[in-house]
Amino acid sequence: MTRWLRVFFVGGVIAYRGLFNWIRPAMYIPTMLGSPFFQLIFFTKLGQYAHAESRDFYVVGNSVQVCAMSSVYGMTMSVANERQFGTLGPLLASPANRAAVFLGRGLPVLANGLLVSVFTFVAGALFLGFRPGLASVPALAAILVVTVASCTGFGMLLGSVGLRAKDVFFAANLAYFVMLLFCGVNIPLDVLPGWMSIVGRCLPLTHGIAAAREVAAGAPLSQVAGLVWTEAGIAVAYAAAGFVFFRYLERASRHSAVLDAY
Amino acid sequence: MSVLRLIWSGFVMNLKMLGTSSFFLLTSTVQPVIFATIAYYMFKSGGRPGTLLYAALGAGMMGVWSTTLFGSGGMIQWQRWQGTLELGVGAPPSMALVFLPFSLANAFTGMYSLAATLIWGRVFFGVPLHFAHPWLFVLALPATVVALGLMGLILASTFVLYRYANALANLLEYPVWIASGLIFSTAILPAWTRPISWALPPYWGVLALRHAALGGDVWRPLAMLVVLGIVSIAISTYTFRLFEHLARARATLSLT
Repeated sequence: MTRWLRVFFVGGVIAYRGLFNWIRPAMYIPTMLGSPFFQLIFFTKLGQYAHAESRDFYVVGNSVQVCAMSSVYGMTMSVANERQFGTLGPLLASPANRAAVFLGRGLPVLANGLLVSVFTFVAGALFLGFRPGLASVPALAAILVVTVASCTGFGMLLGSVGLRAKDVFFAANLAYFVMLLFCGVNIPLDVLPGWMSIVGRCLPLTHGIAAAREVAAGAPLSQVAGLVWTEAGIAVAYAAAGFVFFRYLERASRHSAVLDAY
Repeated sequence: MSVLRLIWSGFVMNLKMLGTSSFFLLTSTVQPVIFATIAYYMFKSGGRPGTLLYAALGAGMMGVWSTTLFGSGGMIQWQRWQGTLELGVGAPPSMALVFLPFSLANAFTGMYSLAATLIWGRVFFGVPLHFAHPWLFVLALPATVVALGLMGLILASTFVLYRYANALANLLEYPVWIASGLIFSTAILPAWTRPISWALPPYWGVLALRHAALGGDVWRPLAMLVVLGIVSIAISTYTFRLFEHLARARATLSLT
């Protein structure tokens, strides 16, 4: 068990430090903090111009969604870069527990996703006048943890694809923008066509954002428990699918001798 | 004549390289279409469906800027990774001239964005493509692309010194969309941002395209594009020379 935990925690942190390309301040600050901040301003202003929704709608939606900067890109890098950097072979040759190797990578990504989201919420409060009641902050924080975990699970699935796909970063980029469109970040789900809202409901973020909006507007956590549990279920489903896919591709790549090949 | 040949062959070669990049495919077609769709639904839910052509043009211009920006950052960075940057610097023509066709090709690729968002809007949202001044639109489009390409050249020159070009590119995407009023009017921004908008070619470019499509004065924004293009050439010629010298003096040219 100690070994499992060591691989999970220490291995996860080392992998993150080694594989997350944007960890240096010169890269991290413009990309992980600057870009989400301007995304928030952009969509809030666009909403204001379109007379579509209230300012808080965009602040909550975008502040939660920007966790995908870490959860999608970070998680993709944490798994797929093993292949890019030529370290996948030695990793998979080791006897380390695969669940600890795989899931441990999600922890620093989750922490970073929370940081990016909290930063964007604070920016929304400072620059756009977002003022959720103090009483709603703990509930908002709890929803944020579940939602970022769900998005990280989705990132795990994408990262697993990177064990075999030639250009997984194309998929990561696409996923980020698809989430902007389908997950109710800037458009209420009932405005989207039926099939789009169904797709949105199968993706991470959607239920979390809806819950966060209600809580920010003053609803108690108990009132949005259904949404939060659904988001947690989506987190487990994506993480499990990611792990199963990881194991499958590992075996298939060994079998076809294409582990490090492009 | 040799200058024209250099520009043409560099332009064609970079177009071919960009054509094989899935990242550019995403930036120049998929991303603008997604942003156009978001804008359509936001305008629709706000009860402003009459602005759909406005949204299509704006989202297309956002794509033009994104490809220019990432292309400008990328062309220096990719050459670093491939070890060909020194060859470009060592070639007899000035560095600005070597990279001009690359920057123009980046902006040209951005035109795919406008085509994508206009076709997407027409097919899926029934956006009417009735341009008020079609010939002026045809004139405004290349003028905008060239002006953005020249602005991209200034950015590229700074990336000679700055090794984290990708980070700067990631950062600058949204601010220029905002300050240029590509998809919403700059009138809703604070007054202090106006001079920033006026200094940006995308601001005048989208104004020229919008006026050509929806009606309004096209010549003034076109004239501003020409002025800013000339200013960009002057600045980039100077900055390329300066930053190239600094990078060579500090021996950081090829450091990744």
